[in-house]
Amino acid sequence: MSEAVIRPARVALVGNPNTGKTALFNALTGSRQKVANYAGVTVERKEGHVVTAAGRSLSILDLPGTYSLRARSPDEVVTRDAVLGRLAGEQAPDVVVAVADATNLRLVLRLILELKAVGRPMVLALNMYDIAQRQGLRIDLEGLQRDLGCPIVTTVATRKRGIDELTAQVDALIASGALATENVWHELSAGEIRAAHREAQRILKAYVRPPERPDTLTGKVDAVLLHPVAGLAILFGLLFLMFQAVFTWATPAQDAIDAGFQWLGAHAASELPDGLFRSFISDGVIAGVGSVLVFLPQILVLFFFIILLEDFGYMARAAFLMDRIMGGAGLHGRAFIPLLSSFACAIPGIMSTRVIDNKRDRLTTILVAPLMTCSARIPVYTLIIGAFIPNTKVNGLSLQGLVMFGLYAAGIVSALAVSFVLRKVFWRGAVEPFLMELPTYKTPSAENVLRNLLLRAQIFVSRAGRIIFPIMIVVWFLSTFPGPPAGASDPAINYSLAGRLGHLLEPLLSPIGFNWQMTVALIPGFAAREVAVAALGTVYSIGDADSHVGALATQLAKHWSLATGLSFLAWYIFAPQCASTLGVVKRETNSWRWPIIMFLYMTGLAYLASLLAYRGAVAMGWG
Amino acid sequence: MHDMLADTADAVIVDLGGCVRMSAVKPGDRGEIVEVRADHEAGHGVDVHELERRLLEFGFVEGARFEVLHEGAIWKDPIAIRLDDMRVALRRRDAEDVWVRLDTQ
Repeated sequence: MSEAVIRPARVALVGNPNTGKTALFNALTGSRQKVANYAGVTVERKEGHVVTAAGRSLSILDLPGTYSLRARSPDEVVTRDAVLGRLAGEQAPDVVVAVADATNLRLVLRLILELKAVGRPMVLALNMYDIAQRQGLRIDLEGLQRDLGCPIVTTVATRKRGIDELTAQVDALIASGALATENVWHELSAGEIRAAHREAQRILKAYVRPPERPDTLTGKVDAVLLHPVAGLAILFGLLFLMFQAVFTWATPAQDAIDAGFQWLGAHAASELPDGLFRSFISDGVIAGVGSVLVFLPQILVLFFFIILLEDFGYMARAAFLMDRIMGGAGLHGRAFIPLLSSFACAIPGIMSTRVIDNKRDRLTTILVAPLMTCSARIPVYTLIIGAFIPNTKVNGLSLQGLVMFGLYAAGIVSALAVSFVLRKVFWRGAVEPFLMELPTYKTPSAENVLRNLLLRAQIFVSRAGRIIFPIMIVVWFLSTFPGPPAGASDPAINYSLAGRLGHLLEPLLSPIGFNWQMTVALIPGFAAREVAVAALGTVYSIGDADSHVGALATQLAKHWSLATGLSFLAWYIFAPQCASTLGVVKRETNSWRWPIIMFLYMTGLAYLASLLAYRGAVAMGWG
Repeated sequence: MHDMLADTADAVIVDLGGCVRMSAVKPGDRGEIVEVRADHEAGHGVDVHELERRLLEFGFVEGARFEVLHEGAIWKDPIAIRLDDMRVALRRRDAEDVWVRLDTQ
């Protein structure tokens, strides 16, 4: 007992992807879990706690899924190093729990053989045992246990079955004083992998009788979902549905958050004495936090779909269907999910590129993710389209809607083009192998979906908050200091550092049709794209521009030519007007090099696109 | 040409007469994997031996039974196959190094 009081025993969950490992982690630890990062790498570290029936406290570590300890992606490196006890700041686990899908034992047996070589005491959890039983799959547990030399527990994580038995086994293993044996693991050669397969085959043959009623559902569903025509049609239908949901379901919540922060800002403004501190709290802190949190509903809706489809087993199919389409542009099939997320916000998109093994594939995806039209561009697009594009119909379709669609299409096409160029010019030749398991379809469990969703929300708020918040403060500082001189007639921002910077940049941006008001608005707009709307309102002295978009649009239509309006739209397709994205790229790549490259190439593209749009429009007589 | 297999010493050296590369299969084909032999640089992002190990790790191993289930819409790529008791997707270019013997129908 006293030992248990000193420190909880460390238990690591290791297994192939799609074995219900995370469901098992959730079933074990319930809400007693926390997410952080491993020291020095951006891989999520999920740890939870559970107390066994005997009163022993266990700390459970959910390691990223892998097929072998021969790590290829940053995630898999963490799994290998955690198991081997090489990870900085982590000690080797006291017990390894190998998690296996009972219906698909072949590959996990090979992993188990590797884990045995590591020499840590081990328990095998045969998860999804109910499905195995339903299929009439017979496993000689006694024999398998003897052969592998480790205790076996059958579990159904989604129904919380076998959880107590599992913790009891872990407890018993620790209580019996089972010690780690010598670590004889080394990276397997091709010949050794073949030998391990033969060994796994022998074990399977000896202790597992093939299912009497094998799963036929997956094959039937795949016949439709992987069909070259129907499958793609369904995928695009699903994407359409997701976007509809992202923009319709999230709107009420976004409006509520927006209203809440405006109320808070106004309240703070009326409570605090006039002055710098008030401006800092109201315009800097509250407005800054609000402008980030307002995207949370959209991100949650998007992740709800992604988690649901992932748990169902569809995401691997989506990657299969999209692989060649994206592969033509030099992107990996797995880049599909990060790029999809980027339509809500590039930040979660860039964070989710970790599923891509190869460094170059991952960098390509990170570099093009901000070109996808994120929802922060929508307020800007809406404003400019409302001001400059007539509300008429072309062949029965709204012209304004068509322009909006065109802006989205331009984002997608340019992302594909940029990755194509990266692949052809900079990273010639090297195309990573594309090997992917297509898991059997499973009914997602509501509890797991909700738990994962909460986790995503927590990660977005804490990480994004940590990066975005300081940037917001810097931008507030730039647009506030120095204050206007006494008796100044122009808007205060005009006298600030941001204003001066804007004036300084004006000659540079006048060839693309930007006036000084626009260049000044670009500086605070660097905090987040939609802030440009409020900033334009400030420089044109429209007071509260957010709630008077109509008034601002009228002003813009009066002061800007159509050519300038189009140029501004073109600018916003490409320009890296989002310091937070650059901050996240720095974090994910662990170097300033990539955010700088991203900034330069996106600004270059934006300038070029605006120049073409402006000069073209002027030539058409719209100047 | 077999001396290229020096460090895959126990790869089964077999007569590949009548065998085809897995990159050439079409949906409905069934058969058995005869040899996994990474023997040509095809511009993979990884060297041939790494590709061989990855294939092996996914269960593309001599003796495994397979059935081709689906192929992609563009250039019939990638392919989805049932490999023993699991389903795997891979690109045809990565399947070039897998030699298979198709069942005669």
